[in-house]
Amino acid sequence: MVDSAAAATTVRARLAAKARANPSVALGGVCLLLVLVTGSIEPEYLSLNGARSSLLQAAPLGILAGAQTILMLTGGIDLSVTMIATGSAYVAASQSSHGAAVAILMGVAVGLVVGAANGIGVAVFRVNPLIMTLAMSGIMLGTFTAWTQTILRGSTVVAPFIKELAAGSFLGNRLPYSVVVWAAISLILIWLLRRTGWGRLLYAVGDNETAVRLAGVRTWQVRIAAYIAAGILGSIAGILLAGRTGAVDLQLANAFLLPSVAAAVIGGTSIFGGVGGYTGTILGALILSVLNSMLTFLNVGQDIQQLVYGTIVLALAWGYAGLANRE
Amino acid sequence: MNRPSPLLTITGVAKAYGSVVALEAVDMTVRHHEIHALLGANGAGKSTLVRILAGVHPADRGTLVVAGKTANFRTPVEAMRGGIATVFQDPALIRDLTIAQNLRLSQTNPDTFAQWLDEFDLGSLDRDRMVRNLPLDILRLVDLARALALNPKILLLDEITAALTADQAEKLFELLDRLKSDGCSVVLITHRLAEVMRICDTATILRDGRNVAELEVGGITQQELVHAMLGSPVDLAPDTPAGIATPTTADAEAVFAVEELASGETVRQVSFAVRRGEVLGLVALEGQGQERVFDILCGERRPSSGRILIDGSPCRFLSPADAVRQGVVLIPGDRLQALLPSLPVYQNLVVTLITRIRQWLGLPADERARAANAIDSLSIDTRAAAQVRRLSGGNQQKVAIGRWLVSGFRTLLCFDPTRGIDIQTKGEIYALLRKLAADGAAVLLYTSELAEIPLVCDRVLVMHNGLIVDEQVAARATEASLLTAAHGLV
Repeated sequence: MVDSAAAATTVRARLAAKARANPSVALGGVCLLLVLVTGSIEPEYLSLNGARSSLLQAAPLGILAGAQTILMLTGGIDLSVTMIATGSAYVAASQSSHGAAVAILMGVAVGLVVGAANGIGVAVFRVNPLIMTLAMSGIMLGTFTAWTQTILRGSTVVAPFIKELAAGSFLGNRLPYSVVVWAAISLILIWLLRRTGWGRLLYAVGDNETAVRLAGVRTWQVRIAAYIAAGILGSIAGILLAGRTGAVDLQLANAFLLPSVAAAVIGGTSIFGGVGGYTGTILGALILSVLNSMLTFLNVGQDIQQLVYGTIVLALAWGYAGLANRE
Repeated sequence: MNRPSPLLTITGVAKAYGSVVALEAVDMTVRHHEIHALLGANGAGKSTLVRILAGVHPADRGTLVVAGKTANFRTPVEAMRGGIATVFQDPALIRDLTIAQNLRLSQTNPDTFAQWLDEFDLGSLDRDRMVRNLPLDILRLVDLARALALNPKILLLDEITAALTADQAEKLFELLDRLKSDGCSVVLITHRLAEVMRICDTATILRDGRNVAELEVGGITQQELVHAMLGSPVDLAPDTPAGIATPTTADAEAVFAVEELASGETVRQVSFAVRRGEVLGLVALEGQGQERVFDILCGERRPSSGRILIDGSPCRFLSPADAVRQGVVLIPGDRLQALLPSLPVYQNLVVTLITRIRQWLGLPADERARAANAIDSLSIDTRAAAQVRRLSGGNQQKVAIGRWLVSGFRTLLCFDPTRGIDIQTKGEIYALLRKLAADGAAVLLYTSELAEIPLVCDRVLVMHNGLIVDEQVAARATEASLLTAAHGLV
């Protein structure tokens, strides 16, 4: 008895040590477990179709969570990222008549401008990021509500190319284009964070801004670039979302705000800055999206779904914090 | 003779943080009526032992006995109840509360506190002032008075004199002597051996997490203390002979100069020039405007008047980035201001290579090699290199210096680079500064340890009340001549 208990403890200790050494593997394990649980509830899910629908859901979430990851590394956050997504989608839809390329560029321009404004507010005027981006979100909601009656009146239907990009697939309907877009963005983000000076500085600014400033870096430049990058990611996510639903409205991306932060946190990025990365965030987005499918298949009321969702997110974040602290 | 049982007995205390062993096994005895020095190089385990005695961290093994009672404290409150009061290296006060609120929080008796504070002529200190608005020396004395108000059997002081002015330290020593005769014993951690010689009765010396010696201070010299700490004799003086401005230095061109620099009431008029190949010392008592001068020189603050000249042409620094681009770099007094604590050593070292936007899309191909070079030439101990926060103080300071070795510079501003650093690392830093100067850098060195001046500097300036009041040839400067000038008695 004693021996088996001791053996169990050492196994657990060894597992914990492994998980600490390689947190992405631990997260991947959690993700796989959730897939299997979902599959046991609804065997249909363990098919190409199931994987396809989970990935389709995860793509815009993963891109928005990428925006949060970049900012959280610097100790910031963007509460306006979903409004940027919605606004970009609106602009892209209203410009549909000029062709897909113009529509997409105009949409991305929204993210660029709003991101730059957020960045200037936070980095130059030293507004708290929560306040800055929350206010920006309100300003955008008001502006777009007014504009939908005036200059953006007209098409709320997106161009066919965007629909195809967001909802279409190739390789015999197996691989969605939007997942390819996400994969490309993921590679770029991982490269930026790991292999570039700017990525290095994001971590450094989040860790100790004074040390970076005294090293001769103009830290406001790093921050503004981060908010612009986040804005552009928000725009891309918004355009993909609009393409999936086919039409835009002012609630388009609302539901993604807190999940975008949650995905980054579950993936191990600290909201206090300096610690984290995008690989974890990808897994965080996948976990949340599988969790969503699971809850849908559970066939219970909305109230229970929310309750389970909240509890699991809390458990994951807590588990991760535990892992990080035990070092 | 029948000696009474000791006040504090530590037996076989061990502590590891993860895989890093901070204390192997420490025995130590503090008797009644004793001022006991706890000495050791950085990383020897002094701070860990303090944390265990203060109940901040429990020991992994070993026992503490205070006045005959076993006392393995699990929380700071238990330690205080057990009769041990501690003044930590960083004041244990909440920055965003007033003094009065901090006292209420720690349930300190305000009258007793006031009596102790008055020992330092601070009885009139306004208790409604915010902690964050008070200078460090005052905060340390507030912390000390609060500890004394607990009426402890044992008072633990961790590097308390580092932030005090000479006269405050003097008052402290008198106070400690009185406490001793009143029956309170003191454990004093310090890097200043002169203090040990002067006020301590006994010294326990730690090395690599073990106690290697207990000495009666009366019968030994400073040199013997140093030997005991290092385990081997050490030559403090750097290889390059300093002190005598070499002929090339004397008429070398001024790389960096300031003319009639002023900043409010704090800096009234400061002019000097640092020549190529020269280490220029700066000496002042606490709070004479030296911090402000360094803030201006490194670009953190703009002067209200005056000019900064580089190679004879005027420059304006709007931010540290401007200064760095002109080759003027700072090693700040608080080394935490120069470190990225969660990042590895090499990333700390190479952050100076990616400061400009055009360096952002990529990383220098040779960054690992350049970091390795700096690590080698500074002999940084990289056993805990994954996170700079885990390095010892001396190694952290080497990293703070190393990031400028990686990028290169022309003028080096050092603000008290050896504060709180072990004696061996100090020697290494002196040698490094001399070598950098010999290689053509201009170095401005502010130091609070006057003994360093003849070891490292060519010339020395003395600052008092916002003015440069004296200039001396470093080789001929003595602690007495410098202190006289620093008090404005020229």
